[in-house]
Amino acid sequence: MRMLLAAFAATTILAGAAQATTVYPLDRATILAGSPFDFKVELNKQVKPEDVKVTVNGQDYKTVLGGEAQFIELEKGKEDKALGSALLLRGLKISAPGAYKIEVSAGDETKSVTWDVYETAAQPKAKNIIFLLGDGLSVAHRTAARIMSKGMTEGKANGRLNMDDLDHMAFIGASATNAVATDSANTMSAFMTGHKTAVNALGVYADRTPAALDDPRVETFGEAVRRTTKKSIGIVATSEIEDATPAAVVSHTRSRNEKADIVGMLLEVKPEVILGGGSAYFLGKEVAGSKRKDNQDYIKLFQDAGYKLATDKNELAANASADGNLLGLFHTGNMDVTLDREFLKKGTVEKFPNQPGLVEMTKVALDRLSKNPDGFFLMVEGSSIDKMSHPLDWDRAVIDTIEFDKAIGLAREFQKAHPDTLIVVTGDHTHGVSIIGTVDDEKPGTEMREKVGTYAEAGFPNYKDENGDGYPDKVDVSRRLFLSANNGPDHYETFRPKLDGPFVPAVQNEKKEYVANEQYKDVPGAVFVQGNLPKSSESGVHAVDDVVLQSAGPGAEGFHGYMEQSDVYRVLADTFALGAKQTN
Amino acid sequence: MDIFSSLYLSRRRLIGAAVALPFTAHAVRAAGALLSFDELYGKFGVLGLEFSDKVKRLAGQEISMKGFMAPPLKAEAQFFVLTEVPMSLCPFCSSDADWPDNIVVVYLGEKQTFVQPRQTIEVRGTLEYGSWTDPETGFVSLLRIRQAEYFAV
Repeated sequence: MRMLLAAFAATTILAGAAQATTVYPLDRATILAGSPFDFKVELNKQVKPEDVKVTVNGQDYKTVLGGEAQFIELEKGKEDKALGSALLLRGLKISAPGAYKIEVSAGDETKSVTWDVYETAAQPKAKNIIFLLGDGLSVAHRTAARIMSKGMTEGKANGRLNMDDLDHMAFIGASATNAVATDSANTMSAFMTGHKTAVNALGVYADRTPAALDDPRVETFGEAVRRTTKKSIGIVATSEIEDATPAAVVSHTRSRNEKADIVGMLLEVKPEVILGGGSAYFLGKEVAGSKRKDNQDYIKLFQDAGYKLATDKNELAANASADGNLLGLFHTGNMDVTLDREFLKKGTVEKFPNQPGLVEMTKVALDRLSKNPDGFFLMVEGSSIDKMSHPLDWDRAVIDTIEFDKAIGLAREFQKAHPDTLIVVTGDHTHGVSIIGTVDDEKPGTEMREKVGTYAEAGFPNYKDENGDGYPDKVDVSRRLFLSANNGPDHYETFRPKLDGPFVPAVQNEKKEYVANEQYKDVPGAVFVQGNLPKSSESGVHAVDDVVLQSAGPGAEGFHGYMEQSDVYRVLADTFALGAKQTN
Repeated sequence: MDIFSSLYLSRRRLIGAAVALPFTAHAVRAAGALLSFDELYGKFGVLGLEFSDKVKRLAGQEISMKGFMAPPLKAEAQFFVLTEVPMSLCPFCSSDADWPDNIVVVYLGEKQTFVQPRQTIEVRGTLEYGSWTDPETGFVSLLRIRQAEYFAV
């Protein structure tokens, strides 16, 4: 009884403390057998090393974890704030599957966590995995893509998207370790490591110290594939290649914004194919257009490491069937979206007129990676679905969803010829967007909101695809889909596609508040929409809603029901047998 | 239109005179060559941008540029970023924001109170190009206007 009371008192004190004792990996972590990870204990108080006791399943941790942790007498936060002592053991591995209960005590601090170390199938189920991620891909995006691309007659779709025929499905929960909401870094990191983490973090647990590169690491899928197989790795994105989603295949940092460091991490893992934007972080700071703060020339470092370089559509095509590693960088920043690149010639297309699209990049990646007799892992990101959903530019987001679906079509074609290929299609989070009907310019009056049709008044949109390219011939048809955001900053709703360039809904004033961008105020019929987010928000935000995951091919049966995004990794690892006993 | 331009001129003179007081040399400053955002680079490319011949020719000289003030780091500071379009993101404070290429860093000769980001401004000062790291913020810039002053237009 006395012990119980003491425990209760200790718990109460801890509950009142600013932060509880923390153990990384966190409680309920799922860990691939044989996969290296860092173990860290953060204590609230400064203690002596002899006061700290750590056991694993009742035994001294050194015996079970196979190493002695470094004792850090005092960790410091911002402005040298004392945070407490810590233990850190890097790069340990647990080979035997099972439950591992870690108990920590130091003075009056105690903490207990349990990890689930799992093995995988002994034999791989598939030779190749193509993991296609539509950043921000929400249900409304795909519904709109289907209707705009294929059309609809009497309430039935006139055609199906490629993603519509993937036969295994799951709902994915995408919350972060520090928030119910998520970002692309946190979610892709969970897909690519099997560990949930904090917003903005990649391949690490987010610890309490300010440095972004010292946080406890977990192995990424790219590294696991390197460690256990001879397969090739490909990363394709329309964003900067150092952006959260592509970076998560190989990177370890608390801050996704450390893009210059992420380039170095890409070079460490050396994926055979790297295609996307973001060359600014490859250029030394003396070069105009560089975003580095040092003079490292990563273009040269990659070339020295055996990479061929492609900087536009023609050079990519010329490299399509060559041997060796390929680095394709097609923009200093994010590549232009499909609507601007292929149709409107807006955005930065004038400056970078010869950018390839996601489909061309995916094609080259598949051609080159499939030369490896041991197979490959290819990650393809339709990056701009999200980048255009933040500023509520739904037409650009949907046209990019169509492009993303075309890349899925290529993957499906590849799968027909190579049935030993698993295809996974998912988003990393959703956006607060829904289709609620149409906007019909033919409806009477000048007020645009009176032209919004809901229920029976909506009818059907009149997009046409007469050239059969899968994209509507124009987006500014007279009766178009009406997509509406459930969140955003103050802005003007124009009820029309933004033909002059991507939408900029709000701009910041001198009080650092985002106010409606008056550039759209005088568009005929535009109405002011009061924001429902804090005035510090410049755009719409990710929704916490589940993400739909679809899959086909060997291993796809692992996806069903509700899953955490960290569980997706386990299916991928199982498909490649990355945690089989013989690999440990 | 006449009314607007005379208003614009008188306002500019007014602010210009107030700003120029501590810097008498500036009181007689000529307007200098006008430089526009689309004249900054002669070549865009994945492997880097190249400054235009005009930028190279005007380096070290008085120039003026029109643009918008990016949301500043502090209410009062010695420098800000001039952008071609009103910026919806504060380049310093948003975690996801990156520096676009259509910006110029403006170092003021004298602290001025910042204006709304939607307000078109004209900046005058000495053009400078080449890599330079701000000692206070660590920000690396390649194109700057120094000893600058600006006017709402």
